[in-house]
Parts: sequence; C-alpha cells; structure tokens
Amino acid sequence: MDMHAPKKKLGLKEKYQVMTRGLDWEPSYQKKEDIYPYATYEGIKIHDWDKWEDPFRLTMDAYWKYQAEKERKLYAIIDAYAQSNGHLNVTDARYLNTVKLFLTGVSPLEYMAHRGFAHVGRQFPGAGPRVACLMQSLDEIRHAQTQIHALSNYNKHYNGLHEFRHMHDRVWYLSVPKSFFDDAITAGPFEFMIAIGFSFEYVLTNLLFVPFVSGAAYNGDMGTMTFGFSAQSDEARHMTLGLEVIKFILEQDPDNLPIVQRWIDKWTWRGYRVLTLVAMMMDYMLPKRTMSWKEAWEVYFEENGGALFKDLARYGIKIPKCAETIALEKDHLSHQAWGTFYNYGAAAAFHTWVPEKDEMDWLAAKYPDSFDKYYRPRLEYWREQAAQGKRFYNKTLPMLCQTCQIPMLFTEPGDPTKICYREVDYKGGKYHFCSDHCKEIFEHEPEKYVQSWLPVHQIYQGNCFPEGTDPTAEGFDPLAAVLQYYHLEFGRDNLDFEGSEDQKNFETWRGQATKNV
Amino acid sequence: MHIDLRTVSIKPLRQTFDHVARRIGEGKAASRYQEGTLDLQATANFHYRPTWDPAHEIFDVSRTALRMADWYAFKDPRQFYYGTYTITRGRQQETAEANFDFVDTRGLADMLEPELRTAATRLLVPLRHVAWGANMNNAAICAYAYGTAITQPCIYHAMDQLGIAQYLTRAGLLLGDLDALDEGRRAWLEDEAWQGLRRYVEDSFVVQDPIELYVAQNVALDGLLYPLVYLTTVDDVFASRGGSAVALLTSFMSEWFQETRKWVDATLKTAAGESADNKALLEHWSTHWRDRAASALRPVARIGLGEAADEMLADALGQFNARLAKAGLTV
Repeated sequence: MDMHAPKKKLGLKEKYQVMTRGLDWEPSYQKKEDIYPYATYEGIKIHDWDKWEDPFRLTMDAYWKYQAEKERKLYAIIDAYAQSNGHLNVTDARYLNTVKLFLTGVSPLEYMAHRGFAHVGRQFPGAGPRVACLMQSLDEIRHAQTQIHALSNYNKHYNGLHEFRHMHDRVWYLSVPKSFFDDAITAGPFEFMIAIGFSFEYVLTNLLFVPFVSGAAYNGDMGTMTFGFSAQSDEARHMTLGLEVIKFILEQDPDNLPIVQRWIDKWTWRGYRVLTLVAMMMDYMLPKRTMSWKEAWEVYFEENGGALFKDLARYGIKIPKCAETIALEKDHLSHQAWGTFYNYGAAAAFHTWVPEKDEMDWLAAKYPDSFDKYYRPRLEYWREQAAQGKRFYNKTLPMLCQTCQIPMLFTEPGDPTKICYREVDYKGGKYHFCSDHCKEIFEHEPEKYVQSWLPVHQIYQGNCFPEGTDPTAEGFDPLAAVLQYYHLEFGRDNLDFEGSEDQKNFETWRGQATKNV
Repeated sequence: MHIDLRTVSIKPLRQTFDHVARRIGEGKAASRYQEGTLDLQATANFHYRPTWDPAHEIFDVSRTALRMADWYAFKDPRQFYYGTYTITRGRQQETAEANFDFVDTRGLADMLEPELRTAATRLLVPLRHVAWGANMNNAAICAYAYGTAITQPCIYHAMDQLGIAQYLTRAGLLLGDLDALDEGRRAWLEDEAWQGLRRYVEDSFVVQDPIELYVAQNVALDGLLYPLVYLTTVDDVFASRGGSAVALLTSFMSEWFQETRKWVDATLKTAAGESADNKALLEHWSTHWRDRAASALRPVARIGLGEAADEMLADALGQFNARLAKAGLTV
C-alpha cells in the first residue's frame, strides 16, 4: 500500500525564496531601525526590498558541494606544483616580482572584502541581498586564503613576500590599495556595494584580476593560474550581484540616481588609480606579456564597459566623466609608474630593472605615440648610468596625493611634459592632489580624506621608525630606519633585479633542475 | 615496502611567512590553517574612521568589553580554513542529501504517527527562523569582532546556520507542505509558545558587543536549544516513538552541534583563562542569557516533550552548567 502522495513541486525561484527571504520576518520586539541602523543615512531610498531579484540561486548544500569539489582540485594542483618545484618553470625570475606585488597589494584586499561583505551582509534590511552578500563574504576569505596558500611556496624560495601582511599596513605604495579598501568599508553599506560590488567587481575586475591570472598563465606560473581559474565561477557570481545591486537601487527611487552617479564617478576613478600598479605590471614586469595596458583598457573598459553603460543609460546613468582623463593617460600611465618605482627601488619590496631592448621595441610598437618620444630615452639613460656603476636610487621622499596616495607622478591631461598638481585649502591646511578627480573626491568629503594616513607625512612626523629609534642620534639613517619599520630587508627585498639574491638562486636552482651538476 | 621516488630538492630560504614564524617559532613548517589565519586582519594605520561608527576604527578591540592581550590566542580546534571547512561540509551534505532522499522516496513521513508528525512539524518549522537569526548574529560577530582567529569561524558558523535554516525548510516541506511553512511562520509571529524565543532573537539583534552576542547566540541559546531539541527530543524521544525518520532529517544538526561546541568551548576557555575580569564578564553574560534562553525554550520544549519538558530542560541546564564549568566558568 502506497500512502505516499506526491507533493506539489516548487519552482526553482519559489524554492529559493522559501530557502532565503522566507526565513525573514517583520520584527516587533525591536524596532527595525535599531536592527538595521545603517540603512538610511546615505540618503538611498528603498521602498520594497522584495523587488530584489536574486542574482543567483545557490542554497548552502549546493554551495558546499560545488566549492568542496573546487577546493579538492585546487589544493591537489597547488601541492603538485610545489612538490615538483614548479616555480622553476616560470619564464624568468623577474616574473616573481608580479607575484610579490599581488600578494602584498591584492590578497589583503580579498580579506577586507570578506569582512566588508560580512558587515553589509548583516546590515541590509532586505533578506535577499543579505544572503548574497554573506555568500560573497565567504568566497572572499577563500580568495585570500587560496592566494596565500598558492603563493606560500614562492615565499619559501624568494624574497619580498615574507612580510606581506605587515607591509600592506605600512609600505608607502601599498597605502594605495589599502586606502582604497579602507575608503570603501568606511563608507555606508550602499556605497560599499557600488564601490566594491559594482565598480570594482563588475567594471574593473577584468583589469585587475584577469591581467594577473593571464600573466601567470603566460609565464608558466601554474599555481597562480590555478587559483585564478578556480575563482572564476565565484567572480561570475560576484559580478551578477554587483549588477543586480545597481539596478535594484536605481529602480527603487529616482532620487537615488544622483547619489549613485556620484559614487560610480568616484569609484571608477579610485579603482583606476589603484590599477596604476597593474598597468606597470602588464607593460614592464611580465617577461612574456599578454597585452599592453592600453589594449586592456580599450577592450575591457572602453568597449565592454561602454556597452554596460549604454545598458545603464535607461536608468539615467552616464559613463563616468573621468573616462576622458583616463583615455588621455593610457599612453603614459605604465611608463610613468615604472619610472617612479625604478627611482624608488631602494624603498620597494620588489625588484626593478630597465627593460631589455626587445622589450622596449615591444613597448614602442604598443605605444607608438609616446614610448620612443618620452620614455625610451630616459630608460636608456638609466641603463647607461647603471652600466657605469651609477644605478640611480632616489633617496628623497615624494609628495603624495591626499586622496589616492600615489606620488605626484602623473602629468597634465594632454601634456606629458608637465606634472599635474592640484591643491585645496581646507581649515587652515593645504592639501595636494594628483588630478582634478582626486581633488573633487576630497572636496565632497573633506572630513574623511583629511584623515588619510599618508606614508610620507608619517615618515616626516617620525611615526615610521622602529620603536625606540632616536632620530637625533649621530649617523641616523632615516631610510634604513623606515625599511626596518617596514620589515623590508635591505639588499634582499629591494634594489635592482640585476645582482639580486632571487636572480642568483633562480639561476642556480634551475641549473640543478635541468642539468647534471 | 618503501619505494624511493626522487624529486630535485632545493633548500628553501624560509619555512613560512615571518608573521606566522613569529608565532609558531622560527624554522617550523606552518599549517594551512596557520597561514590562512594568523595576523590576517589589518591592525594598524587605518586611513579613515567608519562613517557608520565614527567612535571606532575599522577593526577595533574596544567594540567589546572582553579584553585580550592577544586576539590570536583563540584557536579553532577543528583548524578550519575555507578549504577544510567546505570539504567537511561537502561530505556532510552528501549524507544529509541521502537521508532526505531516503525519507522522501520511501514515503517515511507518511508512515509517522500523525500525532508525532504534527509535533515534529510544529516544533521544527519555526526553528528555521531561529537559525536565520543565528546566521545574522554570526555575520555580525564576524564583521565586528577582532582578529581572524575568532572572526573566521563565525562566517563559517553563519553560513552553517543558513544551511540549517534551509534543511529545516526542506524538513517542513517533507513533513508538511508549503502550508506547513506558512503555519510555522504564523506560530513564530503569533503563538504564545514562541514569543519568548522570538523576543530573545530580536533582542539579540541589537546587542552591540560582539562577544556578548557570541555568548547570547552561540553559547547560551544554541547551547540549550540543540541538546534539548535535536539530541533529546528528536534523537531520543521521537526516535523511541517510531520517529527515526525525523531524526534522519535533522542528523546534520545533531552532528553539527557536537562538532561546533568544541570550538565554542575552546573559545570560552581561552577568553576566561585570560583574566579574572574576563571570567567574571563571561559568567555574567552566560548567566543572564542562559536564564533568558531557558525560559524562552520552556514552552517550545513542551511542543515535543509535553509534560516531560521541564525535566528535560532541567537536564539540559545541568549539562550546560557542567560544560561551562569545564571551560572555566562558574554559572
């Protein structure tokens, strides 16, 4: 006897709804505004959280199942790569500096994303976005950890990676990515979502994550490539969340449009300034290049991003106005950045060098309007000087932009011979900026950006020396003291690639692995 | 027999990252748990104060009254990092899936005594809302507590509770139908028996101190609810009345509680062992929230246990106090 009556089957959407927002309820013992205290102060108006369309429908059991499978595969490859000394298969040891930049500059941001999404995943009054954000929070700790685990073996064999966490909070150029994320997480929950979920994950991810992973694939770094590929399906989810967030906010109330537009303008620029490091990595640090920075910008922002903004035009969203400035900079950005790091190579935790002749030819072909005219002569001069034993290291400290915290190295839009300076007087202080866009960001929220922990200011104020340092002592060497504070080992982590310990070890080990010695 | 496979061996410069080596000792190999946990959170030179909480830094020890000289004194005895966490849960969900499938395909829900089936449905379905609250609270602890050692397990815990809420939803659909979910929600919002518990959960949503919230949610409420509902009511009482099918649907929760309590106990022990002040604070919070949880759970326990509820609750309280005593707390 079969008493088992077949049950009414729920559709996928209905099923996901009872598994997520169906769990929520209207509270009556506590006020909603006390449970979600941060939901209104940004001025964003949400009338009906139920209008939220779940960007993906993944229940926890399915999540565990898929992710466990991915983790098993990923760690099997990481283990095999380490065991077989896969690091000796990278194109050449200069490539390793890309990995250093990634671990010190990007992986700590993955961790911040984890905490940030936990925060907004608690604070949105809507159950649908809360679940999606918490799942992203969980993914982001995955990304931080898989990166650390995949790059751990590089740290065992090469310099510059050993203090990535300590350096991220202190080293001058790492304050660029750090302040970017600190800016996002200290903003309100809606701005955080536009900053990270939309501008960063959706608009700019192809210019950050993809160049590193493709660079790894092109340069024989299977470890990095594997975590990149393994994160791809997570990233796809994050992108759909970023897009849903913006559509949802814009559809809720017309008053949201100007706020959102301002955030898009701000965060596209903030994100782009962080990408300066990526531009330089793509054009100068990868021994085998995937594409130039300029090409990447044209494909991923001007073409793909252009299509996206066309799609968003029906909500009244316009392409960020900084796109015009960026277009003017694209022939110069990577060259100016690398030139700066070459200068300050004594205070950076990775090696710098002058590109080989064939690499300069590649740059000339990719940048016909700028490289030979402005940048090749300088690089050739530096090479000559180095050959004469006069490798130039700049020992003064640069002025930093109050907003993006990058040294004032950028030139005037349209004039690559003149450094761009902007300044604002605010409450008796003078504040300096690299561009009109960074200046405008400051002017809109001066109380926020006057707080910036600017590495150069902090050094001059004596805050970046090891505890117990006496700067008045005879023979005090400020650079040495700052590097100690950074935990940067002079002569191992910094200076030119030529003659570095990494260069020597790699050569010796590769010899051991490929020859009978 | 030993076979000697050879690889090229080169001597590494160092065994792990310096911040890990400073904690575990120079020259020692680090585990993935250690590399993925120790000192991972930023601690210095924050650029801006949160616009949503200008009284604090982004990560700030003063969000809680608990004082730790080192927030990395906390250890997760399971050594969960994302990989081991998902692989463990991935295996458990396979078992859970098989259990649900077993109950479903054999029509076991329909073979339950109607009275038992009703009691199980009335007891379990509203608990999906409680698990949802636990998800929110652990997200808050993850966001606002200090140091990866304690915040990392909280995101896992948060997502586990979402998983539990979803398993309870599926159990509700199996034991009843969509109507059972609606009825469970109605009871949660309106029935006298659930109001103490709902008040508890909503009050926990406004607790600002992340460690007090940890005590309210993970120590007190779950420390009484899971033994009482899953281990006692479902696994013992229902099973002895021919309700093993229900126990199959909640086996994830029973196993999960036995696993996660080890982490909760270790956390309490470390925090209480730090100082007399911490111990007193944790005792105060534990007692306060335990008493509230016990009175909130009493009418809920009656749904499954009837007259035996008081006795079983007293047992659960005795076990709870003994458990906390082992962690160094007198409550």
